[in-house]
Amino acid sequence: MVKKGRIVAFFLIVLLLGGLIGTTVMGVTKDIKLGLDLQGGFEVLYEVEPAQEGQELSQDLLNSTVSALYKRINVLGVSEPRITIEGDDRIRVQLAGVKDQNQARELLSTQAELTFRTTDDKEQMSGADLKEGAAKVVFDNNQPVVQVTLKKPEQFANITREISQLPPPDNRLVIWLDYEEGDSYKEEVTKPADEQKFISDPAVNQVLSQNTVIISGPPFQLEEAENLKDLLNAGSLPVKLDEIYSTSVGAQFGEQSLDKTVMAGFIGIGLIFLFMLFYYRLPGAIAVVTLSVYIYLILVVFNWMHAVLTLPGIAALILGVGMAVDANIITYERIKEELRSGKSVMSAFKAGGRRSFTTIFDANITTLIAAGVLFAYGTSSVKGFAVMLITSIVVSFLTAVWGSRILLGLWVKSRALNKKPGLFGVKESEIDEL
Amino acid sequence: MSSKIRDTKFDFVKHRNKFFAISLALIVLGGLAIAIFGLNLGIDFSSGSRVDLQSDNKLTTEEVSQEFDDLGFAPESVTLSGGGDMAVAAFKDELGKDEIAIIKDHFTELYGAEPNISTVSPDVAVDLAKNAFIALAIASVGIILYVAIRFEWLQGVAAIVALFHDAFFIIAVFSILQIEVNITFIAAVLTIVGYSINDTIVTFDRIRENMKFEKKVKTFEDVARVVNKSLVQTLARSINTVLTVVFAAAALTIFGGEAIRPFAIALLIGLVAGTYSSLFIASQLWAVWKGKQLKKKKFTPAESEV
Repeated sequence: MVKKGRIVAFFLIVLLLGGLIGTTVMGVTKDIKLGLDLQGGFEVLYEVEPAQEGQELSQDLLNSTVSALYKRINVLGVSEPRITIEGDDRIRVQLAGVKDQNQARELLSTQAELTFRTTDDKEQMSGADLKEGAAKVVFDNNQPVVQVTLKKPEQFANITREISQLPPPDNRLVIWLDYEEGDSYKEEVTKPADEQKFISDPAVNQVLSQNTVIISGPPFQLEEAENLKDLLNAGSLPVKLDEIYSTSVGAQFGEQSLDKTVMAGFIGIGLIFLFMLFYYRLPGAIAVVTLSVYIYLILVVFNWMHAVLTLPGIAALILGVGMAVDANIITYERIKEELRSGKSVMSAFKAGGRRSFTTIFDANITTLIAAGVLFAYGTSSVKGFAVMLITSIVVSFLTAVWGSRILLGLWVKSRALNKKPGLFGVKESEIDEL
Repeated sequence: MSSKIRDTKFDFVKHRNKFFAISLALIVLGGLAIAIFGLNLGIDFSSGSRVDLQSDNKLTTEEVSQEFDDLGFAPESVTLSGGGDMAVAAFKDELGKDEIAIIKDHFTELYGAEPNISTVSPDVAVDLAKNAFIALAIASVGIILYVAIRFEWLQGVAAIVALFHDAFFIIAVFSILQIEVNITFIAAVLTIVGYSINDTIVTFDRIRENMKFEKKVKTFEDVARVVNKSLVQTLARSINTVLTVVFAAAALTIFGGEAIRPFAIALLIGLVAGTYSSLFIASQLWAVWKGKQLKKKKFTPAESEV
């Protein structure tokens, strides 16, 4: 007597899962953030150095550097910037899908500390004396210039009074961006205009008491003026950043890697599915269902965690399928063993499930311990790998052990499989007589 | 196929010394290879820069070198890849921001595809490798502890030996074949470590179960019998599991494109090594150690059960 209700329930569940996955999987995959190796972009690892001598690199300082970097990236309009502090003195910036990589690099690493100096390089005023966020691009004789607003106009009046009294050519106010110890105006001014390190050096002939200053630049292009304005408004970095590692991936390269890897994934997973169907028959078909659910869930969890899918990530995912299959294989092999020893389908299913559980449990926990340690002690990509591994262990435990057992249980308990060990890939001749 | 596997008369334990000798010989060979050839370290591990170019047309090394020359750069090497429409130029120095900008602009315009450019000072990748190794060492202690509680601590040690055996094997093959080692290589080695532990524990689990059924395990021969039986019983599973993972890794190797190929090859090698060590090394090591432990116990009967 076959209980058809359970078989109907099985197909309903499979249809439901299929419907759920079929209707939402496109949305899920669309939401997944791709790493820069899959969509182009760049990554820079900066070593942080104190901007002033004697300044200590505290966590606070690093944090304020990170927020200053975020402000600058907002200017670029990159949707998902990732900036992370690593160790005591490193900051990693990952920008995927950024259009103009060169501009972005320039914008990021410039310290943007504006200083106003005399011709013998004495600092008169710095970015700290400017009103925050008040820089703008204006036009002077159709020439784009940057206008900044001062906090204390009287300070500027004093400075210009002193400078205007100096004899030419020393009556100049030199405006520097990122003046470095050792830079000298007198040296720079002898160089051709496009190699000079300072921005501009207007002559001062009178006392200026207005509250705005125009930086006319070595004639700016509009874009250059805009960049300088954005930099000044985003605020200067409290530290110096040195690139120690950088990698950039062209958009076409990224796209190609994505296409090829996804293609390879489909082929690999397809082969696994075929193998399971051929070798394990009905339970194999159930494994195909639970593995599909596994892949779907991994993608969903990935979205929840706002994780970024990278090339090794896809590989780990595909490999994860292989490892999730292991839980199925262990269970099915166990059931086959029980069937061969002459047990009925019902009791082989129960005994096989029970016995394989401890195996899978211990194997997974051991791997989980390794992954946990990698997560706790690992940095950057070691950590990322650990996250992927932990996720796939937990999800595969749910789908391959629990899900697969429920689905196969429906068939076994319907009694439709009674006396049909062939559906498990066991031949009659292999069964030991009791 | 399954019935053949089930009825295999192969004695896994009897030939243990041959397996140990094979592994030992391979490890010595691998060690020599690493000592002589070293590893083909990508720029992740040696300082410098690397520019990947892609074009719609076939490229030649002369043409690419000439282009760099015209720009005023002298790459240390230019090699073609990907069937001739991709080229890799390596530089000894770290290219600066401005130099990268020049190269990007030039080749984007010339070939219609933006090049990939990486620069690195070696300490970043070395730090990462060091970090991975330390994490692995700590993880090993954790694994031994867990296995000691759930199984036997000797099995924990055997599992760790198998784990390092596999990891070393990948490194050795990469040295022999001179495949470039980059940061994703670390991820590949870690993947194999995960797989190797998983695989070893599954066989140990069966040994644990069969030991319970045995009435008396007093000599090495008893241990050997149990180990052999367990390995034969789990053989179908071991082969099927590695087959499925090999499907995935092979698909990645063949169809996965240039960027992921070293990673996929490392996985393939590691999978073979991992299966080998689970079938022929880990359990046999444990059997030998267990045999010695039993012998000792026989002569000091006062000692309580461990």
